[in-house]
Amino acid sequence: MTLQQAPEAASGPAPVTVSVNGEPREIPAGLPLDRLVATLTSAAGGVAAAVNEEVVPRGQWPATPLGAGDRVEVLTAVQGG
Amino acid sequence: MTDTHTLEETTLAGAAPDASPAADPLVIAGTPFRSRLIMGTGGAPSLDIMERSLLASGTELTTVAMRRLDPTVQGSVLSVLNRHGIRTLPNTAGCYTAGEAVLTARLAREALGTDWVKLEVVADERTLLPDPVELLDAAETLVDDGFTVLPYTNDDPVLARKLEDVGCAAIMPLGSPIGSGLGIRNPHNFQLITERAGVPVILDAGAGTASDAAQAMELGCAAVMLASAVTRAQEPALMAHAMRHAVEAGRLAYRAGRIPRRHFAEASSPTAGLAELDPERPAF
Repeated sequence: MTLQQAPEAASGPAPVTVSVNGEPREIPAGLPLDRLVATLTSAAGGVAAAVNEEVVPRGQWPATPLGAGDRVEVLTAVQGG
Repeated sequence: MTDTHTLEETTLAGAAPDASPAADPLVIAGTPFRSRLIMGTGGAPSLDIMERSLLASGTELTTVAMRRLDPTVQGSVLSVLNRHGIRTLPNTAGCYTAGEAVLTARLAREALGTDWVKLEVVADERTLLPDPVELLDAAETLVDDGFTVLPYTNDDPVLARKLEDVGCAAIMPLGSPIGSGLGIRNPHNFQLITERAGVPVILDAGAGTASDAAQAMELGCAAVMLASAVTRAQEPALMAHAMRHAVEAGRLAYRAGRIPRRHFAEASSPTAGLAELDPERPAF
């Protein structure tokens, strides 16, 4: 709690652990979803994301901050069927 | 001789029904397709072989699966489909509950910009048979959510009717288990389903070779969906070509109307006007 109130300029927000495609990952608290997805792919389309089993439309990614314990799934189309 | 030949050709051309696939499109949810072969992309040893197989098949609609993004994977099935203008049909393969399937369909809609979904909700890994209860539940939810739903289902005429009743755009009964290549195990059920259905019935799963695809079409299926039969064949592109022709041939045979099966022979040459010959006369 106290860490969150600390000025961001010094060392940025405190890191939190989220799950990204089943793997634990440390990210700065409040990192928007679009910036997390950008670490996985630069593709402009063909990718979808869900946070805690809720689909987040691509247009809302920048306005979706991630917090401790969030479960993020980032999916794309692969050969199948 | 030449004149007579030309005259005959002209006369016949005028009377012949149009046998081209373009004259008899498959229509799913108002969208027409010239090809009645829906391809899967699973099982292809490489993207290159997949691409050549898709082209040889003539398909205009092809399934993909939704999986976790792997940053290390090079090349994409989507770029291949987009390059050739093949419409993408995402599936929900790997889902065991209605909830998983609905979420996967929504993710696919978001990623691919299509509200079409090939709905798969299977009961167990060993048979990959559909779970009818979860399937119907998911189908109803997705139809209500605006999806165009094409469910992979058991070859059960009652379940097929219920899926149509909740608003599915097609019915995709399995001929036999996915990847088994055992063909259509219950042709009678297929006939019961196709005779009654008001939406396209599409063989999904079980086709092993070209005759299976032709048989499905002869039984009244509107299309055939297959993957393994092509992608796991020794020469995938060659088998894709065979499947394309089998589907076209089976469709034409269905439209043409086959002869009834008979217990005994029925001569095709006239029985009247036979010469009176001595049956005892030696041949030489």
